[in-house]
This record gives sequence, C-alpha cells and structure tokens, in this order.
Amino acid sequence: MHSFLSRLNTLFAFTISVLAALTLGVFISTYFEQYHGTVSISANKPIVKHMTDFSANRKKNDLGVLQLNMDMDLNPLFDWNVKQLFLYLTAEYVTPSNSLNQVVLWDKIIERGENAQLNIRDMATKYYFWDDGDHLRSNNVTLTLAWNIISNAGRLLHVRADGSSSFIFPGEYVTSRGKNSGRE
Amino acid sequence: MHWSRKLISRLLRYAIVISTLLMLWKSLILATNCSQPILVVLSGGYSFHNLGDLLFVTNYPADSIRAGDVVVFRIEGRFIPIVHRVIRVHEREDGYVKFLTKGDGNSVDDRGLYSVGQLWLEREQIVGKVKGYFPYLGLFIILLSNLPLLDRLLLRVVT
Repeated sequence: MHSFLSRLNTLFAFTISVLAALTLGVFISTYFEQYHGTVSISANKPIVKHMTDFSANRKKNDLGVLQLNMDMDLNPLFDWNVKQLFLYLTAEYVTPSNSLNQVVLWDKIIERGENAQLNIRDMATKYYFWDDGDHLRSNNVTLTLAWNIISNAGRLLHVRADGSSSFIFPGEYVTSRGKNSGRE
Repeated sequence: MHWSRKLISRLLRYAIVISTLLMLWKSLILATNCSQPILVVLSGGYSFHNLGDLLFVTNYPADSIRAGDVVVFRIEGRFIPIVHRVIRVHEREDGYVKFLTKGDGNSVDDRGLYSVGQLWLEREQIVGKVKGYFPYLGLFIILLSNLPLLDRLLLRVVT
C-alpha cells in the first residue's frame, strides 16, 4: 500500500484539494469588494463627418471624431484576486431612431504589476465612432469610463467609474475636399 | 442474492446518480435562464481566457446587455459558441436591439465571424452574459472531449 505510485496518487490528490481550497478562499475573500474609483475625462475638438461606412451597410453614416484627455490612478484596485483590469470608454447618446446608443471608443488592458496611473492628453479614439444613422450633429454625448475586473477566480465584475463627462457635437458637418472622398 | 438482483440493484444505483446529476444540470439551466450555464474555454486566443477555464453564464431578460459586457453568442450553423465583448449597442424605441462584438485581443470587430451579410448580432443569438470564472477546472472535460461520441454532449466555447 505504500508503493511509489500510490504515494504519488495521494500527493496529487492532496495538491489538487489544497489548490481548490485556496482558489475558493481567494474568491470568497474578495467577493464583497466594490472596486470603485474616480477618473477625470474630457473630450477635445469634437467634429462630425458624413461618410460611407464600408465596414457596415455601405451607406453614408455619421462619423464622430474627437480627442480624449483622461486622468486616473487605478493602483488601489489591484488586490490579490485581480489579475487584470480591462478598461473601456463608452460614449452614450440618444437619437431619433434609436433610444439608446452605446459605442466603445477606447479600451486598454492593464496587467497586475503594470503602472495603473494614466495621464492621457489629446489621444485619438481607438475605434471609429460610427452612428447607426446620421444623427450625431448637435447630439449630447456622455463619456463614461468603466473597468472589468478580471480575477483569478470569481465574478466578472463591471464597475463604472465616478466622473463621466459630456460634450455636444457641432451642428454642421465637416467636409473634406470632396463629398465622395470616402474613408480618410 | 441471485446474480440478476445484484445486477439490477447496481444498475439502479448508477441510474440514480446519473439522473440526479441530470436534474441538477437542468435546474441550473432553469435558474440561470440560459441554455449553457457553464462553458469550458477551448481556444486560448483571448487575453484572460485560457484553455480549460470554466465560465459561468446567465441570461436573465431583465439584465440588459450593454457595451462592455462579455457575452456568449452562437452564429447560425455553427455548433460552438463564441465569447467576446460587446462594443456597440443600438436600441430602438420599440425594444429591438442590435449588437456588435469584438474579441479583446483582436483589432477588428467580429463582422467577419458573423454569417454572410450579417452586420449585427440580435438578442436571440446571444446565449448569455459571462458572470464568473474559474480557472483550469475544465481541462478534464477537454480531455474527455477527445473521445468521439462525447463530443456533442460537452459544453465548450471558443474565444
């Protein structure tokens, strides 16, 4: 009963049990954590273009262009159960055809150990701000930053940061050289 | 005891275990309102989903899907569902809503993955939202899935 294999088997089973208990402990110890934070966001120079969206329905839709300023310090959010933070900036607005629109303009992954303090100035949006239609002119858009807590084991939590900001697009299109110049 | 009695009693014990497991599974499906409440990650392309991780999924109708949510969806004609993040949401007054998704590690959105001519995901194609996560536990299921018949029974997902 004390052969090499049976000892190996016992060792293996014990290791797995301990790992499982540790994981459960990590999960329970951070279950009630809220992970709140405050950020400061602002948008510069918002303009609206009217162009053909080749990635979608090939019709002319409104394209919003703006630059972002963001300040945040997220180092306090990393505890022993946080493997990674997935940050995303959402633009939310209302149009006559859609009562709710949300477009993610920017995202970033911050791993544990990386510097989580960001001071961003005049950054272009990472993704195109296409509207589903042509209702961006004079539209009041709210920018909200949120993060997804990626833990070692546990809930996938989405937390909205305090400190959203809004801006209003101008009422006129910005036209480039020709109306049919397509995507720039 | 006669050998047939022993055999029947053994079969009954197995049947009880299997039917209890099945009942637990079906209750979980009812509780989460989701056809696949637990999924095993198959491919490791995603940033935080590694091979063998377990994902816990729910599908409550009141829990609306918003930008930034990680959802499980299935494309017509494909058996294995995909887990990606919602990056655009457009909802009309009458309640009709459409979504666009993208994998965190990808630079382009998922339109290349949808069916030909499909530009948006609709609510019916979304199996549920990912609510929780447990590492490594699914590796055993992946090993099992290499057996040809069990393939269809097991709940796997690609990222």
